[in-house]
Amino acid sequence: MPQIFHRSTNTLSRLSIFGALFALAALLWGIAAVNRSAYMTGQGVARVQPVQFSHKHHAGQLGIDCRYCHTQVETAAYAGIPPTQTCMNCHAQIWADSAFLAPVRASFRTDRSLVWQKVHVLPDYVYFNHGIHVQKGVGCVTCHGRVDRMNQVYRAASLQMEWCLACHRRPERYLRPRERVFDLAWRPRGDQAALGRRLVKAYGVRTRTDCSACHR
Amino acid sequence: MTSAAAPIDLTALRARLAGRGGRALWRSLDELAESPAFLELLHEELPQHAAALARSVDRRQFLKLMAASLGLAGLAACARPPEDKIVPYVKQPEELVLGEPLFYATAVPLGGFAVGVLAESHEGRPTKLEGNPTHPASLGAIDPPTQATLLGLYDPERSQTITSAGKIQTWSGFLAAVRAALDAQRPRGGAGLHVLTETVTSPTLHAQLRALLAEFPQATWHQWEPAGRDAARAGALRAFGAPVETRYDLARADVVLALDADLFATGPSRLRYAREIAGRRRPGPGMSRLYAVESMPTTTGAVADHRLALAAADVEGFTRTVAAELGLAVAAAPAVAVAPHHAWVRALVDDLRAHRGACAVVPGEHQPPAVHALAHAINDALGNGGRTVIHTDAVEAAPTDQAASLRALVAAMRAGAVEVLLILGGNPVYAAPADLDFAGALGKVALRVHLSLHQDETSELCHWHLNAAHVLEAWSDARAHDGTVTILQPLIAPLYGGRSAHEVLAALTGPERPGHDVVREHWQGVHSGGGDFEAFWRRALNDGVVPDTALAPRTVALRPGWDVPTPAAPAAGLELVFRPDPYLIDGRFANNGWLQELPRPITKLTWDNAALLAPATAERLGVANGDVVEVAVGGRSAHAPVWVVPGHALDSVTVHLGYGRRRGGALATGVGFDAYALRTADAPSIARGAALRPTGRRHAFACTQDHQSMEGRALVRAATLAEWRAHPDFAHAFEETPPRDRTLYPPHAYEGYAWGMAIDLGACIGCNACALACQAENNVAVVGKEEVARGHEMHWLRVDRYFAGDLDAPAILHQPVPCMQCENAPCEVVCPVNATNHDGEGLNVMVYNRCVGTRYCSNNCPYKVRRFNFYLYSDWTTETLKMARNPDVTVRSRGVMEKCTYCVQRINRARIHAEEAGRRIADGELVTACQQACPTEAIVFGDVNDPTSRVARLKADPRNYALLGELNTRPRTTYLAAVRNPNPALAAEQRS
Repeated sequence: MPQIFHRSTNTLSRLSIFGALFALAALLWGIAAVNRSAYMTGQGVARVQPVQFSHKHHAGQLGIDCRYCHTQVETAAYAGIPPTQTCMNCHAQIWADSAFLAPVRASFRTDRSLVWQKVHVLPDYVYFNHGIHVQKGVGCVTCHGRVDRMNQVYRAASLQMEWCLACHRRPERYLRPRERVFDLAWRPRGDQAALGRRLVKAYGVRTRTDCSACHR
Repeated sequence: MTSAAAPIDLTALRARLAGRGGRALWRSLDELAESPAFLELLHEELPQHAAALARSVDRRQFLKLMAASLGLAGLAACARPPEDKIVPYVKQPEELVLGEPLFYATAVPLGGFAVGVLAESHEGRPTKLEGNPTHPASLGAIDPPTQATLLGLYDPERSQTITSAGKIQTWSGFLAAVRAALDAQRPRGGAGLHVLTETVTSPTLHAQLRALLAEFPQATWHQWEPAGRDAARAGALRAFGAPVETRYDLARADVVLALDADLFATGPSRLRYAREIAGRRRPGPGMSRLYAVESMPTTTGAVADHRLALAAADVEGFTRTVAAELGLAVAAAPAVAVAPHHAWVRALVDDLRAHRGACAVVPGEHQPPAVHALAHAINDALGNGGRTVIHTDAVEAAPTDQAASLRALVAAMRAGAVEVLLILGGNPVYAAPADLDFAGALGKVALRVHLSLHQDETSELCHWHLNAAHVLEAWSDARAHDGTVTILQPLIAPLYGGRSAHEVLAALTGPERPGHDVVREHWQGVHSGGGDFEAFWRRALNDGVVPDTALAPRTVALRPGWDVPTPAAPAAGLELVFRPDPYLIDGRFANNGWLQELPRPITKLTWDNAALLAPATAERLGVANGDVVEVAVGGRSAHAPVWVVPGHALDSVTVHLGYGRRRGGALATGVGFDAYALRTADAPSIARGAALRPTGRRHAFACTQDHQSMEGRALVRAATLAEWRAHPDFAHAFEETPPRDRTLYPPHAYEGYAWGMAIDLGACIGCNACALACQAENNVAVVGKEEVARGHEMHWLRVDRYFAGDLDAPAILHQPVPCMQCENAPCEVVCPVNATNHDGEGLNVMVYNRCVGTRYCSNNCPYKVRRFNFYLYSDWTTETLKMARNPDVTVRSRGVMEKCTYCVQRINRARIHAEEAGRRIADGELVTACQQACPTEAIVFGDVNDPTSRVARLKADPRNYALLGELNTRPRTTYLAAVRNPNPALAAEQRS
């Protein structure tokens, strides 16, 4: 009885079996890659804001402290987006006629809020608290990147859960002295691991990876 | 259980109970009867899901749906996270820290009397009401109606505009019309002007009304409240010749007798009495003894050491007997009903006598004036005056016989003497006594104005309807039971431009003024402290009480001729007792979903009222739960479904007011029956000669009673004081305690905090304040009657009610059941997606965004405390309801399991604040919502790792036991067994 299938069928079937496995793996990898991509996370994507406010200019070149505008960041859950009043503290005097600032002046005049595009968006079921992170020595730059070098602010980190957990599991890799939290240019002198271990102890940092730490 | 249609055979039940002996616990008549339908329901894997399963879906349909769901779920994952906006302030208020709530002291009046609250405000939105610890009527606790007032603010069906004849009108149009009418009245001194208000304690409103009456000397001010306190007022007049306000210091009373008094649910001092009684219920030498005589079992009767079920009309005879036994010269009692209880009366009288000056006899607000006068006389004879019984001047601004006041108004209307009628609050068309025909008389008034929160029955018949400002939107003031004034401050600008009674009255007779100015100017006028008014005002607003406004105790003397017996009524037929609903009160909260769905304390009914009667009465009449009967009394009749309540007095039917609304919102209308249709001005509380006639129709109740039954194990444990003395560890008798290491899973280490809870069953009164506080705090959804009937209610904390012993006179025990937060949690190990797991402080945490809705956890939970969102119960579309939510708690979607979290958002907040300050969370600093609301401080929460914490000390008490501890779940929530203090002289009777 002649063979129904040609000998090459063996190779073909082997290829298709392994090919299917490969295709499946590639699909999964693809999904994971898409999920972590800037398209999905918004990482590195600058948003167009109603006012062309430059952090690079204000925080970088002028050297204004983060807390001048984000006043509550040390104690509250939200860092706080400054009210129009804060802009007008200076811009009632400086660049008072600038066309760039027309929306700010309009907001102040009409008592209607500026509507900013949110850059660092967390899902609604995540309850993040700025205050405790600042108190435990997590620098602004650790999550927000070199804001002092950004003209338009973008997300420096993915803000995905695995990114959060990287620090919650190994905080010693990221911590800095409390007095350096707002120093965007600070770099550890010497061994970060040794410094981190010291700070973990000094600040009583616990590796909280319980779901209830962030989800309620 | 409504599914069991067959009437219950009570004779067989009695036989079964007799066979059990001792304190057999049972939860409902169906359970006791072991009816086939009930057993079938129990043996379903999950009884609460049985109804849903019955609606079958065939296999093909099922596969199609599953395939579609899977495909759509995959598609949903392709979406990018939504973009979000930030809207900062233009000028940010200085005191505001985003994400941190602010608390403002104000008060919520009910029946005129204030309960002080602290309103939690998130960025200008009030989200929760909590008790104000410095307020004498709250002491930090809060009751369900007061809490639910918050939801009333956001009720999407609140009236939003001024209307006239159904058309939207303007405020200026209203002012022009009414000012013209008032100008026409002016020459005649306002002879045709009548004002109808509810009970007024507000000093400002009283001053405004007096000013109005000064301007229109011939005008008349009427006060009327459907569930008012006429009887108490009349009783005081009879006894002392003045409308004296009486309150009781139950903390100093060793023996308390409640005469049909629902101490913890009605009256201005309800929260205070609960705290005071509970303070004396801890076992030990200071334990007080509570006797309750009542027709319908209430939370008071449930807590009492001795409860006597007596028809409401027989309470006067009972009180007379007690008075006579104490040696008072009173008119003879009609001995019929009391005679069988002679031993009871003797023991009670001996007990009262033995505690002269340290006992209290408290009459119920709904008992006739004669009972109040008798109670005053008894207290006087026992030397309680000035000790446990405190008399003050009237707290009401103008004490009035309200029934007479309303009657006078109706007579004037009918005679055509009323030309302008201002109805400032209240809903008389719905609630006025049926025989007065208020609606008919109202039609003769030329100009009718109604100020109210809803377009209700009265608004419909008025020329002008004004949308009122909610109590959380307006400035006002009100007095507490002891006279203490609270300035009511608004939490939010009126959502719909509503106006308060102050603003309406001010605008009618003078220039328009904001409520703030009216109230402030009044207080500026009376502020005589000499000091800085601004400082006084700010202090009063900050504290929620105006200092030194409590009325001083006064001495009173019994007037001769105080004893006027209530005329004997024909005893034939049944007695019909009208009571305000424990939560809807007189119907004012009928459109409040939180209150509609909160199970009523003893009956566990939701979304309904019923004709409540005793098992033996039902047996005699041949009716069972759910049978619709025609209730007829005095030529009036109404159709009501029957609900059988063990422990109810014989030949007595209790109906709750506040249901059967015809207008006033979608939740209010079509729910229950209108008991006002049976209520007359002469018999506002007790009507004699009623008859019940079965109609053959059936009514489906939504009762939470039989759901999630726990099959008669020793769940609630109780003993008498003597038993406790002999065996302090009675709660552990016959208990099987498995070794701690009997588990396959590695043990958890709890190195930091270990949260735990202890609930004192001896203190719990079953008022459900905890359940509602939990609902408000945790954004728990309202599901509606149909879903409750399926067992889909979402309350994270339920209060189980058990009956023990005799069917006709059972002991009633309550047990609040939140999540037990087991250390060996059965739920955690069965979750296929790790959506519920254990945290380092011992919480069983529930991660909503991971949950895929298998419901394995709920299936494996022995306590049945997990709640599943079968549908999209949370309202995601109504804007005002979104404003009511707590922003610190996720709003759950459909297909997600949820449960008590020990208020993890509060734990996290407290931990963050403590760590920012570099310290540990102090004991007592962190309270759960249920603990905070509890009037009796029955719930204690804290760190069990800290041996000095209150909760750790309570857990070391020998009364402490774990629910179903034999399962080795090692629950963090444990119970302190109840201890009762029965009179040894009655012990023999108790046993039999």
